Amino acid sequence: MQFDHILIRFGEMALKGKNRKHFERQLLENVQYRLKHFKKVIVKKTRGRMYVLLNGEDPHKVMEACQQVFGIYSLSFAIHTENDLESLKEAVLSAVSVEENAKTFKISAKRADKSFPLNSKELNPALGGHILKNKDEMSVDVHHPDVELKVEIRHEGAYVTSKDYRGAGGLPIGSTGKSMIMLSGGIDSPVAGYLTMKRGVEIEAVHFHSPPYTSERAKQKVLDLTRELSKYGKRIKVHIVPFTEIQQKIHRDLPDSYGMTIMRRMMLRITERIAKREGALAITTGESLGQVASQTMESMNTINEVTNYPVIRPLATMDKLEIIDIAEKINTYDISIRPYEDCCTIFVPKEPKTKPNREKTVAIEQSVDFSEDIEKALASIETVQIDGENSSEEKGSFSELF
Amino acid sequence: MIYLDNSATTQPFLGVLDTYTQTAERFYANPSSIHSLGGEAERLLEASRQRALSLLGVEEGTFLFTSGGTESNNLAIKGTALMHMSRGKHMITTKIEHPSVLESFQALESFGFEITYLDVDEYGRVKPEEVEQALREDTTLVSIMSVNNELGTVQPIEKIAEVLRPYPKLYFHVDHIQGYGKIDIPFEKTKVDLCSISGHKIHGLKGTGALYKRDHVHLFPLHHGGGQEKDLRPGTENLPGVVAFTKAMRMIEETKTEKRFTLHEHRDYVYNELEKMDGITVNSPKDGAPHIVNFSMPGYKPEVVIHALSERDIYISTKSACSSRAPDKSAVLEACRVKEEIATSALRVSLSYSTTMDELQSFLEALKEVRDSLIKTSEV
Repeated sequence: MQFDHILIRFGEMALKGKNRKHFERQLLENVQYRLKHFKKVIVKKTRGRMYVLLNGEDPHKVMEACQQVFGIYSLSFAIHTENDLESLKEAVLSAVSVEENAKTFKISAKRADKSFPLNSKELNPALGGHILKNKDEMSVDVHHPDVELKVEIRHEGAYVTSKDYRGAGGLPIGSTGKSMIMLSGGIDSPVAGYLTMKRGVEIEAVHFHSPPYTSERAKQKVLDLTRELSKYGKRIKVHIVPFTEIQQKIHRDLPDSYGMTIMRRMMLRITERIAKREGALAITTGESLGQVASQTMESMNTINEVTNYPVIRPLATMDKLEIIDIAEKINTYDISIRPYEDCCTIFVPKEPKTKPNREKTVAIEQSVDFSEDIEKALASIETVQIDGENSSEEKGSFSELF
Repeated sequence: MIYLDNSATTQPFLGVLDTYTQTAERFYANPSSIHSLGGEAERLLEASRQRALSLLGVEEGTFLFTSGGTESNNLAIKGTALMHMSRGKHMITTKIEHPSVLESFQALESFGFEITYLDVDEYGRVKPEEVEQALREDTTLVSIMSVNNELGTVQPIEKIAEVLRPYPKLYFHVDHIQGYGKIDIPFEKTKVDLCSISGHKIHGLKGTGALYKRDHVHLFPLHHGGGQEKDLRPGTENLPGVVAFTKAMRMIEETKTEKRFTLHEHRDYVYNELEKMDGITVNSPKDGAPHIVNFSMPGYKPEVVIHALSERDIYISTKSACSSRAPDKSAVLEACRVKEEIATSALRVSLSYSTTMDELQSFLEALKEVRDSLIKTSEV
């Protein structure tokens, strides 16, 4: 008998009252999507639980994939058997045999199906005795066992599990709405996107592209970053906003020191408009307090004035090193450090205003009319769909070479 | 023509040549150039790298594209030696490695490195427990080939990797130049940190190859320059070569899946027929790689046999082409401690997936003729 199932536990979302059904359905869909390349697996939902039937797929590969899905608290390999004592005995014996180095064990039986003849107190010695009889070197230790075998008798059959694997935590993507993430290509914004997704938020990305000041490669970098993010969820839309004219106009017509602040206000205005169009109720940024000139408290206050959408800033209170740790973990760091100019690093004034105030900024901004430029940019957005699974659309054009 | 020298080099697949010319024609920009043509070339380069990783069956690590097997072996060995010499100057290999490995180690010895050359059994096999016994506190590298180029002996790479697993700081390099495309190693779950592959042994082009390297491995480069290949192999990338190499990897993997059984069958046939022939001793192990059979005709100078066969348009070799210029004695067979007359009269037949049964029959007949018509050059 072998582990033929993976048992998925939800954790915090099991608590969420009326939303629970919706959350579970979303998680089921997300797990199915993540496992779609494992053709033989079947994902099943029962009350408060989910099971992946392996049907011969590599258990560890499937486990690894499941561990990337948000909304899962913990996972275990499991053996599914009939609700009868003999099958259970066989199952606990093979489960304990998998743990090669274990010397001591403990059985924790739970009986959800009360029609089963033995109660949990009677089950523990019955099953433990079977192991002791067949494994000379093993003994029972109820306080610090090397391996704890959990046996659950449920209506649909019994499950025997051993070790717990940690899930990604959080909530299933798509269960808490949608946010527009502003992706520059730097280290921070993908991390902000990841953390937002972790809380169950579906994301779409907005990138400001300023050719020829920024290159195709800077854009490609953003698409590659999005691809990494899309591995945690489904397809992600990237809205590429042509931003050259607005940037040039800011640089040409407005005082240098306010250029950066006003550019950010323009970006936020445009992002809010895209959010409205796409049905997103929030905007996410990778801002971290005090990191650079645009991210002082004064700058945030002045820039934030242009929108009344919630701006989610998952990194606001994090240190750079903490952010880098996450970026490395989610494989975006190496992409982010590719050395191409992005829209934020061109036209950087020698002395940007680090403490702008709202009144002065508004007064300066109003001296030039940007409304037409904004409409024009919005009308010429290029939208790309990124799917982490069938990676890179550009392979299409090279595939004949391979 | 009957070409049975595929361990020396192979005929390029037509598809590989196509890819080479197409890439050279269309993507000639320098991947480091910042214009969009450069960007396109760079994307093609990275797409090749990803493709190569998945063809090797690994998710982690990277491919450093090189000029071939010799460079990959040199980079793995000297790169590790120089990078980690402050931690230790002891390395382990075997007596029957390819000259590009042995000579690299000998060069390091002249700089004060200590090298353990492991013994092999009569068929050239290394024992994993002897690898373990040779380990020291200051060992930084173990380098062992997957398939021996002269005998076709398959080394127990997975078992050796298991033995080395408890030593995360020590790198395990596998010279997979004769093995890739012929035998399977499940790299994803095997602790192999560095792996050399050559293009022209798998119907790719000369001057192409790669060193697979896991992410945790740090090497000192052999060349210094403009930062290409993450500073580990600078120099403008040979993009047409890289893409053609990747294509060769794909084609050999597909061919392997399709024709693995036939190749085994053909090899077993030659092996058994040679064993039956008078005056011939087969040196390869029965369970060796599916494309190499090494045998000796004691009393006959191998060079003379080769010339006699090539007059009949049949091409085989003595030992490996890489050490053919040395006198006739095989260092590999010497390490296997076979008799002198065996070690000095060795010949190698190496098949490809497209070798046919007819060709093998003709070769065996021709060999009999040669044996019967030639006068022995020395008495045994």
